[in-house]
Amino acid sequence: MFNNLSDKLDKALHVLKGHGKITEVNVAETLKEVRRALLDADVNFKIAKNFTNTVKEKALGQDVLTSLNPGQLMVKIVKDELTSLMGGETVGINLSGTPTVILMSGLQGSGKTTFSGKLANYLKTKKNKNVLLVGCDVYRPAAINQLQVVGEQIGVEVYAEVGNQNPVEISLNALKHAKETGKNVVIIDTAGRLAVDEAMMTEISNIHKAVNPHETLFVVDSMTGQDAVNTAKAFNDILNFEGVVLTKLDGDTRGGAALSIKSVVNKPIKFIGTGEKMEAIDVFHPDRMADRILGM
Amino acid sequence: AGKTKVDDDVLDNLEEILVSSDVGVETTLKIIDRIEARVAKDKYLGTDELNVILREEIAGLLAETNVGNETEFTVPSDKKPYVIMVVGVNGVGKTTTIGKLASQFTKSGKKVVLGAADTFRAAAIDQLQVWADRVGVPIVRQEMGSDPASVAFDTLKSGVTQNADVIIIDTAGRLHNKVNLMNELTKIKRVMQKVVEDAPHEVLLVLDGSTGQNAFEQAKQFTKATEVTSLAVTKLDGTAKGGVVIGISDQFQIPVKYIGVGEGIDDLQVFNKIEFVDSFFN
Ligand SMILES: Nc1nc2c(ncn2[C@@H]2O[C@H](COP(=O)(O)OP(=O)(O)OP(=O)(O)O)[C@@H](O)[C@H]2O)c(=O)[nH]1
Ligand SMILES: Nc1nc2c(ncn2[C@@H]2O[C@H](COP(=O)(O)OP(=O)(O)OP(=O)(O)O)[C@@H](O)[C@H]2O)c(=O)[nH]1
Ligand SMILES: [K+]
Ligand SMILES: [Mg+2]
Ligand SMILES: [Mg+2]
Repeated sequence: MFNNLSDKLDKALHVLKGHGKITEVNVAETLKEVRRALLDADVNFKIAKNFTNTVKEKALGQDVLTSLNPGQLMVKIVKDELTSLMGGETVGINLSGTPTVILMSGLQGSGKTTFSGKLANYLKTKKNKNVLLVGCDVYRPAAINQLQVVGEQIGVEVYAEVGNQNPVEISLNALKHAKETGKNVVIIDTAGRLAVDEAMMTEISNIHKAVNPHETLFVVDSMTGQDAVNTAKAFNDILNFEGVVLTKLDGDTRGGAALSIKSVVNKPIKFIGTGEKMEAIDVFHPDRMADRILGM
Repeated sequence: AGKTKVDDDVLDNLEEILVSSDVGVETTLKIIDRIEARVAKDKYLGTDELNVILREEIAGLLAETNVGNETEFTVPSDKKPYVIMVVGVNGVGKTTTIGKLASQFTKSGKKVVLGAADTFRAAAIDQLQVWADRVGVPIVRQEMGSDPASVAFDTLKSGVTQNADVIIIDTAGRLHNKVNLMNELTKIKRVMQKVVEDAPHEVLLVLDGSTGQNAFEQAKQFTKATEVTSLAVTKLDGTAKGGVVIGISDQFQIPVKYIGVGEGIDDLQVFNKIEFVDSFFN
């Protein structure tokens, strides 16, 4: 997915090779190419700008490390900077609750319902948990049916209330039901919503307050462009979420949104979605992602 | 009098606006070149005049394919039934757009039939059924997991028998880099032609307005598999601008026909390029 970006960086960094040391002049063209590559990969405009400025300062500040030629040095600086931007250690999911409550949030069509199923399946099969899925999308046509089909596929109970249009009530009733039936994990699927939709943002804020989740996850389509930062920031302002889920990485998007979101809300990317099937879930590894960006 | 050159900070600002609207670096540079060339030739007096030039040049990239300037939801009257196949990657808004289109065509007196050829995604058929019921149009469906080409075939048969004016076929979302799934689309198309020789008359590619530069590759691969004839850009009721379609429309010469501006039945508009371009500067 990051092949193009890596190619471009390679090409850009090539310019530096053959020069004796990194100077304002010989670094400028390279950074222009790096910036362009990041923009083509959908990294946010401002973040790409900051990124290249930081890289430049680091490159100039280091002067000439004699053991490396400037090209190799630039590769290292760019990679280190990307890695730190993507987050340090792998961050797992907090499963300490009895039951643990996980709330899904995100834009329309980002992959929340599918991911709810995948996560339930993962926790059931890999972590031996007794999971309850909760259908709180009372708007989208057949949203509850969709979750029920998913639940059936993976053998996980789905809690829904036909006719109840109040997701706060549904989620509280679901928690009660989970306790009564000895569930360890409750995953609440919610309707897709735009950050500018005040009524819907208030709704999810109310669900959040009512169930006080251990983990609120922001689910984002990895093909998202420049708007990723606005959306992530708006959802984070309201939910102060614990982590990000990046879906549809089985495509060929370069996925610059990953960089943008991490740097704007500073929350870890915890999981990735890599297909439509229930098994297509993986934990996120920042180091691998950074390597992937640079094709290393 | 008048200036023949645009100030650097004005161009920098323009670049930021366009790239931040997902127009992409390449198309942005193309737009800037056009503006510089135009200004060198025509000169301009104040900011107002420059703004007009700027918008005209951006819209100009779209105009080359958006010649119709339609304002109504219409279909050609010489094709009956007029068959529309709707394609796109996962979750962009295909099924919803079909519901909205069915409503518009029904309102203008057309008889519409829907085909539920997404037999893969959980409850996709039920979702389209809800839309069909909302609009009050017939739907042709089979079981989940059945062959989508067979559903499309049945739908065209049924549409012809029912004397339908418009038939709209929903398809499963698929990522454009999945060869088997893209071949499946080609097959659906081919099977439809057994019933209506020149079907589908329209292949509508739905793009999510919040998608970045990957939309280019989507347009490219779907065009390769199905000869896309029109675009719909959804979810423009949010803060995303959908600027990537400018370059797509320019490069592939495919008109943008519709924009989605909400989840409601009436939240579909016929594309207006001036309003679209203006939205970048609001
Ligand atoms: N290829 C691929 N498709 C995915 C992935 N995750 C979800 N999808 C597909 O994306 C589409 C939307 O997924 P949903 O789970 O319905 O998304 P949602 O966020 O619940 O949508 P709304 O409830 O309408 O907001 C479906 O076609 C899913 O099959 C993924 O990782 N890869
Ligand atoms: N805000 C907004 N939401 C939209 C718009 N169009 C569609 N949606 C929402 O986006 C989500 C996905 O829409 P669908 O119509 O299911 O998308 P799809 O392309 O058919 O999805 P798959 O069949 O799973 O690939 C749903 O929650 C829709 O309500 C729009 O113009 N604006
Ligand atoms: K999307
Ligand atoms: Mg959903
Ligand atoms: Mg659909």
